[in-house]
Amino acid sequence: MSEMKTAAYICSGCGLGDKLDVAQLSRIAQKEGKMALVREHAFLCSEEGVQMIRDDIDREAVTHICIAACSRRAKTEAFHFPTVAMSRANLREGVIWVVAEGDQHDEVRQEMADDYLRMGCAEVKKMKLPQGNPAHADNRRILVVGGGISGLTAALESAEAGYEAVIVEREAQLGGWAARLWKRVPFRQPYAEPQDTGLSELAARVSSHPRIRVHLNSTIAETSGAPGRFSVQVAGPSGTITEQVGAIIQATGFDTYDLGKLPELGGGKLPNVTDQAGLEALARTANGTPIKRADGKSVQNVVFVQCAGQRDASGMHLPYCSGHCCATSVKQAMYFKDANPQVDTVVMYTDLRLPGMGEDFYRSAQRKGVTFTKGKVASVEAEGDGCAVSFRDLILDEDAVIAADLVVLATGQVPSAGVDLDAWNPIVTAAEGGSEEARQKKAEMQKISVLNLNYRQGPDIPQLKHGFSDSHFICFPYETRRTGIYAAGPVRRPMDMLQATEDATGAALKAIQAAENASLGRAAHPRSGDLSYPVARLEGCTQCKRCTVECPFGAIDEDEKRFPVFNESRCRRCGTCMGACPVRVISFENYSVDTVGMQIKAVDMPDEFSEKPRILILACENDAYPALDMAGLQRHLYSAFVRAIPVRCLGSVNTIWITDALNSGYDGVMMMGCKHGDDYQCHFVKGSELANYRMSKIDDTLKQLGLEPERVTTCEVAITDNARVARLINEYVEKITEIGMSPMKGFG
Amino acid sequence: MTAPISTNQTILVVGGGISGMTAALEAAECGKQVILAERNTSLGGRTALLYRYFPKMCHPTCGLEINLRRLKNNRNLRVLTQTEVVSVTGQRGDYTVALKISPRYVNANCTACGECAKAVETEISNPYEYGLAKTRAAYLPHAMAYPQRYVLDPSIVSTADGEKARAACKYDAIELGMQPETVELKVGTVVWATGWKPYDAAKIQPYGYDRFDNVVTSLEFERLADPHGPTGGKLLRPSDGKEARNIAFIQCAGSRDENHLRHCSRICCMASLKQTQYAREAYGEEGKSTVYYIDIRSIDRLEDFYLRVQQDPTVKFIKSKVASIKLDEASGDLILHGVDTEGYHRYAAQHDLVVLAVGMEPESNGIALPADIVTDSSGFIEGAADGGQFAAGAASSPLDVNRSVQSATAAALHAIQVVHQTAAAEGA
Repeated sequence: MSEMKTAAYICSGCGLGDKLDVAQLSRIAQKEGKMALVREHAFLCSEEGVQMIRDDIDREAVTHICIAACSRRAKTEAFHFPTVAMSRANLREGVIWVVAEGDQHDEVRQEMADDYLRMGCAEVKKMKLPQGNPAHADNRRILVVGGGISGLTAALESAEAGYEAVIVEREAQLGGWAARLWKRVPFRQPYAEPQDTGLSELAARVSSHPRIRVHLNSTIAETSGAPGRFSVQVAGPSGTITEQVGAIIQATGFDTYDLGKLPELGGGKLPNVTDQAGLEALARTANGTPIKRADGKSVQNVVFVQCAGQRDASGMHLPYCSGHCCATSVKQAMYFKDANPQVDTVVMYTDLRLPGMGEDFYRSAQRKGVTFTKGKVASVEAEGDGCAVSFRDLILDEDAVIAADLVVLATGQVPSAGVDLDAWNPIVTAAEGGSEEARQKKAEMQKISVLNLNYRQGPDIPQLKHGFSDSHFICFPYETRRTGIYAAGPVRRPMDMLQATEDATGAALKAIQAAENASLGRAAHPRSGDLSYPVARLEGCTQCKRCTVECPFGAIDEDEKRFPVFNESRCRRCGTCMGACPVRVISFENYSVDTVGMQIKAVDMPDEFSEKPRILILACENDAYPALDMAGLQRHLYSAFVRAIPVRCLGSVNTIWITDALNSGYDGVMMMGCKHGDDYQCHFVKGSELANYRMSKIDDTLKQLGLEPERVTTCEVAITDNARVARLINEYVEKITEIGMSPMKGFG
Repeated sequence: MTAPISTNQTILVVGGGISGMTAALEAAECGKQVILAERNTSLGGRTALLYRYFPKMCHPTCGLEINLRRLKNNRNLRVLTQTEVVSVTGQRGDYTVALKISPRYVNANCTACGECAKAVETEISNPYEYGLAKTRAAYLPHAMAYPQRYVLDPSIVSTADGEKARAACKYDAIELGMQPETVELKVGTVVWATGWKPYDAAKIQPYGYDRFDNVVTSLEFERLADPHGPTGGKLLRPSDGKEARNIAFIQCAGSRDENHLRHCSRICCMASLKQTQYAREAYGEEGKSTVYYIDIRSIDRLEDFYLRVQQDPTVKFIKSKVASIKLDEASGDLILHGVDTEGYHRYAAQHDLVVLAVGMEPESNGIALPADIVTDSSGFIEGAADGGQFAAGAASSPLDVNRSVQSATAAALHAIQVVHQTAAAEGA
């Protein structure tokens, strides 16, 4: 960009002109903000006001603007000037809507507005218009790991949208578990009968598709790179080849829970106890005729034991519900009934789970005469040449025994997610520390890796819970912690075929989107479209590795000298690395230690006798800042002594901001972030937790400065805390007033 | 207004709840041109009216904020509110859609300063509170409303109040003469994300929703629990404002019943489990909940949440379809009659509030869909026969938020396939 030319625009609409001395604001923008142009307008977001700004940009070559009006969350259509750097001084939601009415508050209200304007001017002068990463890459091919129903669907749906897809399948043929099914649960009305799986048609379409390449008997030896430029070593029967792709879908599915772990139910012990997969094999052999046992004997009565080794609170088996097994047992009971209605089929359950239209399938089974018994199975023993199933009948509230020629245990799905990074990282640390045992264990673990990522933070995508690679976010089910790599199907969450198909289609969209975003050098969710990216001045770097360890998305690798290597298209632009860096060499063009630091310094600091404390608020832009805004909208009043700055995430808060603030005479600092812990709500995963951790160490700094520990506080603020956030502020200001003014004033 | 520019490579998304917003954003962030048409005055749909989500007990508005920020930053996406689809004609890759846009009586000049609301006196039933509260007839739908623009209720437009609102606005934002408009758009594909509505609880006669003030729906209960709702987040029962400390949750209210909804609505078990925790949040050990259920359907890792609630001593589970509800006139309490099928014990249980876990019915039931749209026996949309229109989220099946977003993301790809194939056919 050519020479910087600054301008400030001060709106006097929405009551700003009545409550504030706009002329004084203009003087401040000119004299203190050093803005080249300063203009006032009575209705800045009007067409005319916007045109005035646009004219300045076009005719006066203005490059940096500060809009002093409403919140950055308001009037975004009007104040859209993509060719210039822009800051927003929030005088409406942040000042006149939250400071009490009345002349007696005029002075503090005006001071607050003056400061926000100073801050807006200071910020914009340190901002650069993000230009996008010039080093971006534009490979848009999609790699799909796994050739089961999820993987086939993901590849086909990508190809049908015009993208090339590559499937890597470990086995000698496509199809995964679905290929072993006799029929599938119906996915269309009338939801009454088991249906053909449709797998052979799907596999044939994939195999003959001009935009899909399939590698069978193949695994991934190494994955390196980033969205738009992944380089994947595919190890196959004829050696290793390299596939260049833009994004990755991991559809590696599941294994069935080991029957041998259920000896009390006869699993692995009795010949006539099988699992649902075993029953499918028998059904395929029978091919529509009455199903026979492995020993060739016909089956007259069969018992399906639901939740076998699942929904287990004891800690011995799977704690979760695999979701599909109720419908699968209903389907398998129909295999028997359809071939011979005389066969007794009993489904033994505690909660029958066939959501949605599954209810029609359940009714269909009832019509076919399948018996459903609410009971908890205690044991399965051999009896005669069959089995005796002992259970607690939960309806009759008594113990009972039922005989069965065959028992089918509805066991759960165990995800094939690769290496659990929570277990991996301590072992890597121990191995690097020289432990031979750890080195061996690491090599052992590496064998089960799916992706073999050469990332600093480990070879697979992080798992969320129970070994599944799920997203933590309800609104954003595809957000894995590795940009451009999406999990699909039962590796993400237990699911049935219908859901896996839909899930794979969604994952294909996300993969395509990641590749498209990478090709334009812009960020993926949640800062979608952001063109800024982190830049490090490596000459100042001390190789401390904090950024490479703390990045929630594993975006930063290390070179042989242990300097950080940034992979921009893996980066989500949260700024956690910037917050982590002790020597402050990491910054974004439009968000840096300086853009915030200069705002902190721009505040006019009253002397200690003024009895006007100054409290700095650093507020997460996702939740706390909107809550502050809405506090304004709903007129929850709060103290005029606070100065709030939105941050991308509390994880991006560098402690220098806190020490600078305290050194320059602020009386207190409030950090407002999202909930952390197991149910964390931080959209950058670890940001608020890291901030909390970093702040736990700020006590030393406070001690050195001779300040009370209460002068820095961290609080969890949810987006709905409109009223609470005002209360929090007022209580904190009261507390600071009690403690007294900072002794640091005048030294800053 | 002037109709937005569109071509047969434009994607129309109908419905601006979480599914519609997701489908629109995911497609727009792939570089596609998208028009999002919402019938109501602001985006967010039913999820914006929920207090918390299961199982994290986080707030739906948190995700809404992120989606709104994505939307504000994306110039590929245009939003039309108060807009309904009148007709869709044509074929895959080449549809003509007629949209009816109802007047808001407030134009884009609105700064949300709130002066019009101060000026008017008329109060209307707040459309965002299921009728549990009133609002001024010039109103901002809610604190997170997008567009952040006031609305004038049609009832005051030609009254003195309408004139007062107009006079109070310094920005010429109020246009009392605004008329309904019909615009025609060219689009390549349509995603129906029209969502769901609660089954009409009054039809379940033995439960007396239409007779007893203290029988409420699960959706109304969300509003009672929400600090921004009509009671400021206090669980106060409607009849007398007494704190509800002994709450009954009745599962499958309308669902899994061939006389009402034949399907299982999937979300209601988890919703009630979540709502038992609202009672605990409000009253600690004193907030008692009883869940009357057939099967508890907490699928996949949602089972963790069920386990947690089972361990909560304030929550009791009774396997029973409640037979009838009677009012105890003296206390205003309700007596639930039925049989606990685990051991066959009859009960007559007294509760001070009853929450019906009402089933999900397609919102599109009762609305004329284009002729070639295929629906299932409950009215959920499967798509268009020609493969050019798709359903997303709860319009397609009773789904929770997470699965709705999955479904909407998949629908976005199907829509992109259509416009890419159209583009390829045109050599563009």
